[in-house]
Amino acid sequence: MYDPTVARLTYRALLGRRRALILSALPLLLIAISVVVRGLAGADDQTASDLLGGLALATMVPIIGVIAGTGAIGPEIDDGSVVYLLSKPLKRPTIIFTKLIVAVAVTMVFSALPTLIAGFILNGNGQQIAVAYTVAALVSSIAYAAVFLLLGTVSRHAVVFGLVYALVWEALFGSLVPGARTLSVQQWSLAVAHKVAGGDIVTSDVGLTTATVLLVVVTVLATWYAGQKLRTLTLAGEE
Amino acid sequence: MTTLSIDHVSRWFGNVVAVNDITMTIGPGVTGLLGPNGAGKSTLINMMGGFLAPSTGTVTLDGQPVWRNEAIYKHIGIVPEREAMYDFLTGREFVVANAELHGLGAKAAQKALATVEMEYAQDRKIQTYSKGMRQRVKMASALVHDPSLLLLDEPFNGMDPRQRMQLMDLLRRMGDEGRTVLFSSHILEEVEQLAWHIEVVVAGRHAASGDFRKIRRLMTDRPHRYLVRSSDDRALAAALIADPSTAGIEVDLAEGALRIQAVDFGRFTALLPRVARDHGIRLLTVSPSDESLESVFSYLVAA
Repeated sequence: MYDPTVARLTYRALLGRRRALILSALPLLLIAISVVVRGLAGADDQTASDLLGGLALATMVPIIGVIAGTGAIGPEIDDGSVVYLLSKPLKRPTIIFTKLIVAVAVTMVFSALPTLIAGFILNGNGQQIAVAYTVAALVSSIAYAAVFLLLGTVSRHAVVFGLVYALVWEALFGSLVPGARTLSVQQWSLAVAHKVAGGDIVTSDVGLTTATVLLVVVTVLATWYAGQKLRTLTLAGEE
Repeated sequence: MTTLSIDHVSRWFGNVVAVNDITMTIGPGVTGLLGPNGAGKSTLINMMGGFLAPSTGTVTLDGQPVWRNEAIYKHIGIVPEREAMYDFLTGREFVVANAELHGLGAKAAQKALATVEMEYAQDRKIQTYSKGMRQRVKMASALVHDPSLLLLDEPFNGMDPRQRMQLMDLLRRMGDEGRTVLFSSHILEEVEQLAWHIEVVVAGRHAASGDFRKIRRLMTDRPHRYLVRSSDDRALAAALIADPSTAGIEVDLAEGALRIQAVDFGRFTALLPRVARDHGIRLLTVSPSDESLESVFSYLVAA
């Protein structure tokens, strides 16, 4: 199910110089803001939770997910170099699963790790807030990577669609329309964070069971479907 | 023995028909797929390589379907036309990766790099390669698993004459070894120099098939038209018309040139400069007026 060569090619493409810079920008911004906030306002649990929930989980994680998820396969399909993977006796689901693992790992490193660091800077993990949001970032990294990997497989405009989903649906629409929140990776991961933190400082609109089921279902379905799409991927060429 | 069978294959995109009911069998040796740009060669090659489903018909390799059959790639090597190929890797890393994806190791990669004579630049990044070097590394990646069928889409595009000759030698060798090699080209001379067998595709249809002599005859036996300007058009016309290789000559006063119709291509091309020299006439322009590939192909289709 996992091919180390596909993984190596994907890592190197994802962490190429320019993309690595883009991937590092938001985490660095988060950490910088945390340092400033801590310096100006001191350690405050509510502020820490607001910043980690609003900036890290609602914005940074999905954007990193978009870059890593779509970037794990989209550019290869766009420029046609995916032909070197497809012209091999490799099961298509193996290619997708391997790329998912890489996308998940990259998303986790560039979103969950900075979330943890920012959390410790903000309030030294008081009320388990840093750990809770880090767990949420880890969990949502998996679902985002899977969804955006699928998007990168089926659409040439994956990055645009991904950003629209991440920013409009998750951030804007979700905060206005209550129903939209139930169908939000962010809310599902918050349900997990709520469980970790205990208390009421981290809240979610979705129950833990529902959230877990939806996270698993979305991840599995997206990965399976991306594998199916790759089996019948048409290389149109330049004609 | 590896035989690629294309059986009543059509492919349309929306309401554009790219490939129209083509049936052909490609056997061992070097086959050239010849056709003008936009004739459907790439579409056909993509279907042969399993990257595009035929709208109707089937493509099989020794009886095995090619579409949605990953296992078939143990036997197929593909050299795509597109340039993109993990430019951030070195040539060696790229070929090794291709070998690993076939379950092979660095040894197979090294052998393939030696075959295409790219060892000298194997540790340079692909993004620094010239077109010809890229082409050779692509070739190495296609050869790494010793495939019995090799598909190459416009492999000579953008290569300089020396690189072209090297690749031709290599493909010839592959054909001699009993592999089935198919390459596409829109350049007649390329195909003629290399292919034992030629398939001609024009506007999505299978226009001709046969060995190159037969195709060549179809090409050269047709009347050729030339536009010739010289220091003395009428004297040249009188001297040329005496030879049976010339069927008609028109003095085009508006153009200030001769329009010559030659029936024996080989003989006429030898005759013209000789006649001019013997009569002390200077040739100012000699240009084939219908030599464009399209006219050659349309002639073939009509034949």
